[in-house]
Amino acid sequence: MNRFRAFVKKEFRHILRDRRTLLVLLGMPMAQVLIFGYAVTNEFRNANIAVLDQAHDDLSTELICKLTASGHLRLATTVDDETDIHAAFKAGAIKLAVVIPPRFATTLQREGHSTVQLLADGSEPNYASSLVAYANQMIADFQRERLAAKSSAAFFPSVNVSTRMLYNPELRSAYLFVPGVMALVLMLISAMMTSLTIAREKELGTMELLLVSPLHPLLIVVGKVTPYVLLAFVDGVLILTVGVLVFGVPIQGSLLLLLAMSVLYVLAALSLGILISTRAKTQQAAMMGSLISLMLPTVLLSDFIFPLASMPLPLQVIGNIIPARWFIAILRDVMLKGVGWGYVWQEAAILGGMSLVFLMVAMKNFKVRLE
Amino acid sequence: MPKDAQKQDSSMAEPIITARSLTRKFGDFTAVDAISFQVMEGEIFGFLGANGAGKSTAIRMLTGLLRPTGGEARVAGFDVYTQPNDIKRNIGYMAQRFALYDDLTVLENIRFFGGIYGLRRQALRKKSEKLLQELELESVADSLVGSLPLGWKQRLAFSVATLHDPPIVFLDEPTGGVDPVTRRQFWEMIYHAARVQKRTVFVTTHYMDEAEYCDRVSIMVDGRIEALDTPAKLKTNFNAANMDEVFLKLARKNQSTA
Repeated sequence: MNRFRAFVKKEFRHILRDRRTLLVLLGMPMAQVLIFGYAVTNEFRNANIAVLDQAHDDLSTELICKLTASGHLRLATTVDDETDIHAAFKAGAIKLAVVIPPRFATTLQREGHSTVQLLADGSEPNYASSLVAYANQMIADFQRERLAAKSSAAFFPSVNVSTRMLYNPELRSAYLFVPGVMALVLMLISAMMTSLTIAREKELGTMELLLVSPLHPLLIVVGKVTPYVLLAFVDGVLILTVGVLVFGVPIQGSLLLLLAMSVLYVLAALSLGILISTRAKTQQAAMMGSLISLMLPTVLLSDFIFPLASMPLPLQVIGNIIPARWFIAILRDVMLKGVGWGYVWQEAAILGGMSLVFLMVAMKNFKVRLE
Repeated sequence: MPKDAQKQDSSMAEPIITARSLTRKFGDFTAVDAISFQVMEGEIFGFLGANGAGKSTAIRMLTGLLRPTGGEARVAGFDVYTQPNDIKRNIGYMAQRFALYDDLTVLENIRFFGGIYGLRRQALRKKSEKLLQELELESVADSLVGSLPLGWKQRLAFSVATLHDPPIVFLDEPTGGVDPVTRRQFWEMIYHAARVQKRTVFVTTHYMDEAEYCDRVSIMVDGRIEALDTPAKLKTNFNAANMDEVFLKLARKNQSTA
């Protein structure tokens, strides 16, 4: 136990003495949450639009008012024909154009329906579809209000669709990225940092000294990862705190369950890091190995940003062997839906199983290297 | 029997390392081919050979890091197959490039290595004080090891390797990349360890002039020990002026027969 203590003490010294690494360890999670929170978002405000009003009647004016009233859309320019719209798109002056047909009010009143055309900048698909969805909703509202006002006498029957987004009623992107960033940061710290620190000992030649010492190899590995378990845990709490305080993400379920699951995920990530380090001889190799094999899949294939269910089968298979995919599922369940242990035990079991497999393969590699 | 071999004895009769037909194969390749030798207590034993001759593999087997595929060996009275942990407790090891932790201070390095060898806190404190005094490193005890000159680092690495008072020290090319004056000083430390502290020193080197400092020298060529004797006898046997010539003659002989 004394030997172990001496070892862990030394590991902490390495970390605390290296200011840059420490900054990365504690600063990166904060930076990531804030960047994702403020920059990477599908929400919009003051999006510039153009209106081609071919009707110029009271109804078309009212519709334009309705669209721009909330402040999400801003009327940048009123144009007179369609070529002007294209010019405005090309110049980047507008993101959405609304075309109101001639005799809008008359057609609507006489025939009961009319067609408004929406043009959006498809070169930014996500942004465009959010804008179109918003404009659609505004037009539908407008229609409902008009119908209610005008046809109270005629009593025109209509079906109103009422949509409610459960668990995230305002479709806030913070609800999406806080679990994602948490999965990403914990993976990076646990896996990359452990693989780096073990590779460093090999590179410097000190690993040999440790191996000829009476320290058991298992103790060396456990001693190496212990500080990072602690650091990863601190980072997890940090991200959650910022998520809750700054971005108002709720924690509906049990905080204890959430933290316990985080520890489980950190263990899975650490075992991956150990596995990588048994393969990598240099710090550079360890870094590249963890960046390519962990970071990209964790961002792209973990259900974090892009829904896994709509990907082709091979990618879905890869996605399912990424620990982050299961951790994100757990986080969403516990944080947003507020479910308990009964709903997440399967994901937890998968994470646990993964750690075990990674560790066993790593230990086997470690022994082979010693032999 | 293990106990007997460990006993301090002033006569040089007791073998402390024994290898009999020690062999290590990697697949079809035989890195170490049935080597047999004995190292006596208190001896400075030079272990020479070109790169790839099998020196490192042999050392790894003797230090309990690598399981042999054939033959037998005992180190400090313990069997390399069944008691590698006992061996590890009874040897000191200084790696190539005299690795220490550059981002820890001198004192922290000493405490760490003392700690993983299980030294008690009181004993460790006394030892580190004495060690710093002997090496005249007291003034830099709290400086980072990375900032020390190479020669100081080398001597510190050697002292750290013997901190737990092992009867045997393995030195794997301990003087690589160091200037002649510093090398000379380092050999004084080796002599002190062998003659005064009565440790057995097992040392590999590339420098043939250093081979002259050893009590006995073995020369490995292609996994086999081709010569083993005192430097003086080797020179007479090979009719050579110095060890350099002995080494070259051996290498050449082997090339012509191959």
